[in-house]
Amino acid sequence: MRRAEIITAGLMALLSIYLMFKSSELEIGYVKGEGPGGGFWPFWLSAGMLISTIWIAINWYLRKSPPSQSTEKYLDSYGLRMLMLVGGGVTALIAVSHILGFYGAILLFLIYYIRYLGRHSWPVTLSIAITTPVVTFLFFDIAMRIVLPKGYLEPLFLPLYDFFF
Amino acid sequence: MEILGHLSDGIFTALEPLNIALMLVGVALGLFIGAMPGLGSVNGVAILLPATFLVPPTSAMIFLAAIYYGAMYGGAISSITLGIPGASTAVATTFDGRPMALKGRADLALVTAAVASFVGGTVANVLFTAFAPPLAQVALDFGDPEIFALMLLAFATFIGLGGDDIPKTLFSICFGLVMAAVGLDIMTGEPRLVFGDITGFMHGINFLVLAIGVYGIGEMLWTIDSTRGEMTMTGAVLTVRGILRAIKETAKGWRGMTIGSFLGFFVGILPAAGATPGSLMSYGITKMLDKHPESYGKGNINGISAPESANNSASTGAMLPMLTLGIPGSPTTAILLGGMVIWGLQPGPLLFANQTEFVWGLVGWFYISNFFALIVNLAFIPLFIWMLRMPFTVLAPMIFVLSIVGGFAATQDMHDIWLMLLFGIGAYLLRKLDYPVAPAVLAIVLGPIAEPKLRQSLLFSSGDPMIFLERPIAGPITVIAIFLILLPLFNLIWKKMKPKPAPSL
Repeated sequence: MRRAEIITAGLMALLSIYLMFKSSELEIGYVKGEGPGGGFWPFWLSAGMLISTIWIAINWYLRKSPPSQSTEKYLDSYGLRMLMLVGGGVTALIAVSHILGFYGAILLFLIYYIRYLGRHSWPVTLSIAITTPVVTFLFFDIAMRIVLPKGYLEPLFLPLYDFFF
Repeated sequence: MEILGHLSDGIFTALEPLNIALMLVGVALGLFIGAMPGLGSVNGVAILLPATFLVPPTSAMIFLAAIYYGAMYGGAISSITLGIPGASTAVATTFDGRPMALKGRADLALVTAAVASFVGGTVANVLFTAFAPPLAQVALDFGDPEIFALMLLAFATFIGLGGDDIPKTLFSICFGLVMAAVGLDIMTGEPRLVFGDITGFMHGINFLVLAIGVYGIGEMLWTIDSTRGEMTMTGAVLTVRGILRAIKETAKGWRGMTIGSFLGFFVGILPAAGATPGSLMSYGITKMLDKHPESYGKGNINGISAPESANNSASTGAMLPMLTLGIPGSPTTAILLGGMVIWGLQPGPLLFANQTEFVWGLVGWFYISNFFALIVNLAFIPLFIWMLRMPFTVLAPMIFVLSIVGGFAATQDMHDIWLMLLFGIGAYLLRKLDYPVAPAVLAIVLGPIAEPKLRQSLLFSSGDPMIFLERPIAGPITVIAIFLILLPLFNLIWKKMKPKPAPSL
């Protein structure tokens, strides 16, 4: 945890410097007649981020914050496995929705999570995995008229649109 | 007396059978739309505006008012049950609503939210009835420096009273404010912070992308990790008696309700401020005035009643500039204004003079809509609690799905979904190191309001920051804000001065 604290502070400091650099593409000072330039706000706030990370680093050196005293592991084997299985699952859900659309991806994601991570029975898994996309479709596409991406499954939805509209 | 006559006419119109039916349907629809992360009252009102052409204008306006109220109540539901704010106005409700639900008192949290919303709405309606024209005048005295000073105060309460690691809180606030600046600079029109020239950054980062990322994805990962996956929501009791008991307990949240109702109404009146800053500030101030600020964020009932009464109160307050001056205070009121124009009403200073009957009738419908919203909301609470009793391995993937779909519905751009995932994983990793995430969400919501106010104020004063201290209203607010920011420093000095320091934890 102690090592993670300083590494994170370092990475965040780099992020702040990048944001400062990026903000300085626009005027960061006072423009006569126009007021503070477009880069003024993000530049000085990124500078604030940088100062905070330096402060965090000082606290780390003085061992003042709880994570800088902790000897626990930052990500133990459970945490890492969870991040891979759950975080990876969500990443896959978004990636697959580019191909199969939201509804296809949701179906697969729910089967993966409920059946393989949750170890629920097939009837429970399938009833939820099928009901969710159907309800979502009725709510978003039909009731709210917010069209969610359908990827290559688009043709399957055309008859449904004909039916509802 | 004439006002009361029109008001009672409005109330009687609202009690006609067709109007009651429309109101019940409107409130229920609004409740569900509001509860859905990514959709808020603005979506509900906008989408159902055309549907109102089927009924007479009066009934249509009643229907819209009902949806509006329903959605305002609904925002709290996902904040409490899922920990994801249903709308920006309900961000502050997650701070204490979620911890209370995790303690097994979701029923109390939901009832408190409903009752507080009702109290806030009612107080606002009464204030509206009594003081509409003079208040509109006061609101006009609030210029850019005053509104910026209010924003500063909102952030100051987080630093001074947050109880979290100060540099990390500061980092979180600055990060949120910088993220709010991504996209086209609204004052010069120049693109800024367009990372890697990806066009998706051009339209800026919607606050929901950060909020759903942090609260939907990040919070879920953190919960699974910290409970080692053996997470069970302690089943809340589902009895009529339980709900009645909860209604009695709600009285303990009186302090938050009082502050929220009055402060929310006033912030709501300010042009461009509205319900979101109103609810966040009420939360901050209630916490500040409490004897035990450390109990906030852990399920304090006042932490739910303050923002919930404030956001309803502010929504009614936002109607005031719309009706008296023709300036809509929020996106939803802008759409309502559009609706009024369609029905041949000319909003603006003359509306109050020429259309008194309509204006007070409308206020009368607000009273009734607010009441129905309370009843319908209380009736649906068992359903929301039932959702919480699902096994966590079923609830978790549903929340992920809802986050992704809700995030998409808000911005309709896959780019934002990826960004949401990035924020979610980032928030999880930072949260493990005690970085508070709520200030970042607060910052991205208030950033787009605060930045132009700051820049316009400085332009006005030719770059002299003293403008925030010299103006009669802005001055005191800024001084309080600076005091709060320095409060941790004073505490430190005070502790050092004491002969025997308290043992460090």
